[in-house]
Amino acid sequence: MTMRIFVPRDAGAVAVGADEVAAALELAAVKTGIAVEIVRTGSRGLYWLEPMVELATLQGRVAFGQVTAADASSVFDAMAAGGSHPLYLGLTEQIPWLKRQTRLTFARCGVIDPRSVRDYRAHDGYKGLERALTLTSDEILADVTTSGLRGRGGAGFPTGIKWKTVAQASADRKYIVCNADEGDSGTFADRMIMEGDPFAVIEGMTIAGIAVGASKGYIYIRSEYPHAVAAMNAAIAAARRTGYLGEYIVGSSHTFDLEVRVGAGAYVCGEETSLLESLEGRRGIVRAKPPLPAHKGLFGRPTVINNVLSFAAIPFILAGGAKAYAEYGMGRSRGTMPIQLAGNIKHGGLFETAFGITLGELVDDIGGGTFTGRPVRAVQVGGPLGAYFPRTLFDTPFDYEAFAARDGLIGHAGVVVFDDSVDMAKQARFAMAFCAVESCGKCTPCRVGSTRGVETIDKIIRGERTSENLAVVEDLCNTMKFGSLCALGGFTPYPVMSALKHFREDFGPAPATLQAAE
Amino acid sequence: MRSAYEPWNEARGAEIIAEHDKLEGATLVILHAMQEAFGYVPEPAIPMIASALSLSRAEVHGVFTFYHDFRHQPAGRHVLKLCRAEACQAAGGDALAARAEAKLGIAFGNTTADSRVTLEPIYCLGLCATAPSAMLDGRVIGRLDEQRLDALMAEAQR
Ligand SMILES: Cc1cc2nc3c(=O)[nH]c(=O)nc-3n(C[C@H](O)[C@H](O)[C@H](O)COP(=O)(O)O)c2cc1C
Ligand code: SF4
Ligand code: FES
Repeated sequence: MTMRIFVPRDAGAVAVGADEVAAALELAAVKTGIAVEIVRTGSRGLYWLEPMVELATLQGRVAFGQVTAADASSVFDAMAAGGSHPLYLGLTEQIPWLKRQTRLTFARCGVIDPRSVRDYRAHDGYKGLERALTLTSDEILADVTTSGLRGRGGAGFPTGIKWKTVAQASADRKYIVCNADEGDSGTFADRMIMEGDPFAVIEGMTIAGIAVGASKGYIYIRSEYPHAVAAMNAAIAAARRTGYLGEYIVGSSHTFDLEVRVGAGAYVCGEETSLLESLEGRRGIVRAKPPLPAHKGLFGRPTVINNVLSFAAIPFILAGGAKAYAEYGMGRSRGTMPIQLAGNIKHGGLFETAFGITLGELVDDIGGGTFTGRPVRAVQVGGPLGAYFPRTLFDTPFDYEAFAARDGLIGHAGVVVFDDSVDMAKQARFAMAFCAVESCGKCTPCRVGSTRGVETIDKIIRGERTSENLAVVEDLCNTMKFGSLCALGGFTPYPVMSALKHFREDFGPAPATLQAAE
Repeated sequence: MRSAYEPWNEARGAEIIAEHDKLEGATLVILHAMQEAFGYVPEPAIPMIASALSLSRAEVHGVFTFYHDFRHQPAGRHVLKLCRAEACQAAGGDALAARAEAKLGIAFGNTTADSRVTLEPIYCLGLCATAPSAMLDGRVIGRLDEQRLDALMAEAQR
């Protein structure tokens, strides 16, 4: 019998040697003359174990990790002989880190061959589309609304309402746009799903097209993700070949086709209207709202623009899972969130779970603390526009409203861990500097305020008139917060002010100490 | 990698434009294609793109300069990008960035005098769980440490 071995082609696994491991396993197979099929999958998301290699057995898949090219031949021998090996991890699905998760969106990621429609279908793929084709537009929209799904790109806007607005708009053409700009540091879930289960994104977008009456979609992928671009293009070609994209989708009366467009290194192009400008071939200058993209979006037409994960959640929901999806979560945050644990963390990776888990559980329990072994001091949640949380706030549950109540945001659910060597004044400076570099330039508070913010924090770092300059920073933050058109200028104050508030000691001596010294 | 690029040639430029100018909103697509062929976007390409897409020269120039990706001149033979974003900072990326600058003798955004290596910052490669991260000519590298960085630089300088 042919041995089936699975090696990720995910960029995160390739970056730590997965291609070399695949080649070495192939060589070992040739040497022994054993028939082997090596399937290149996505990643399961247990990145500290990457490259993680799996073998199909009668009991299910078993895993080995972290495998290097030098380990490949002994791992292969153990696989062939069913013998033991120091890197053996047991049944993959039983690895506690994976077993604790609720994988609805990421159920197939790392499991299937991301280029095979057949493999996708063998793992419940396209069931959502098949059902959607038997429903009316209103029924599809009702399912999306019932699921409670909120946009996973950051703002958390209810997806059902957005789709309904576009469905109700009348126009000669409508568009579906997938926001795959994923610029937030600490996030990689969009990349993973595009590389590991691209048909889920295609299926979600196709269902959106049917629901709102659009026949063309674009996926705007950042240029920093060449592997995701290749994976999406390969999947789109496969979907066309098998009748899942193009005219008369699976024999229905619907037409829907997709095109990948590649960004060009501008963070602000993740903002939806900037992204639309960029897709139209212009500078990524943010548009004033209204009009909303749902009314006047791409080329002035009604447009559904959603994050990759929002679309990828749709197949499960439309396959009869709307109620089940809504049963997970807390408060107004329904369903599961693919949380990304990153930075200085022992067990980093993709952890999909129901909303409600606390930050402390994520960092200490699941993440295992820092990989440097030093104490965790600060955690930035939600990318470069997200707040820094100290340990004292680790009881905050993962929920849009709970994070907002603590002057933070969950954004695209990236969690970046820092140990006690972090200098929070430097982090605050970086937030301002990043805003200055990435500002689209439309609003003065964002463009000029961020540059002044950098200069002022530099003075604080040099110890010049600390309390006066701290007041200047606070003023600048207020101006940016209330005078900016989009969240780049509007939310940069989150990392800055949280650093100041929770880690004041990193910004020079406090006024009280100064007085005492006099 | 520069040897892989073609020298600027107007006929080739026109051909690239003709391949894409029927697309909706083609400007970025064409700029990317130009850079892929020539290694940068040659100045004479701008008016050609403008007239093909019925845009003003200023509009196309504005797009060209807005995006960080588009090069105004050829890069070195190898391009080494180091991630400077937060997750990589948390994992010790700043010290590695300083090391790269010191060893190559150039600041970020510059090319070595022998035009072998261009060193650039990049803001997140989506490899944040195996940080710090780098990219050498399109190849991704995670779990960067001093040893791996030195090996990358040696490779780039060859
Ligand atoms: C500066 C900035 C950057 C953003 N970057 C992204 C991004 O990379 N990906 C994303 O999906 N949304 C991003 N957003 C949010 C989008 O504007 C928009 O809310 C989202 O695409 C809507 O999709 P959703 O409802 O599915 O989340 C960004 C917003 C701002 C202000
Ligand atoms: S806040 Fe900044 S990025 Fe956003 S529209 Fe204004 S200038 Fe542009
Ligand atoms: S922050 Fe460096 S790869 Fe994401």
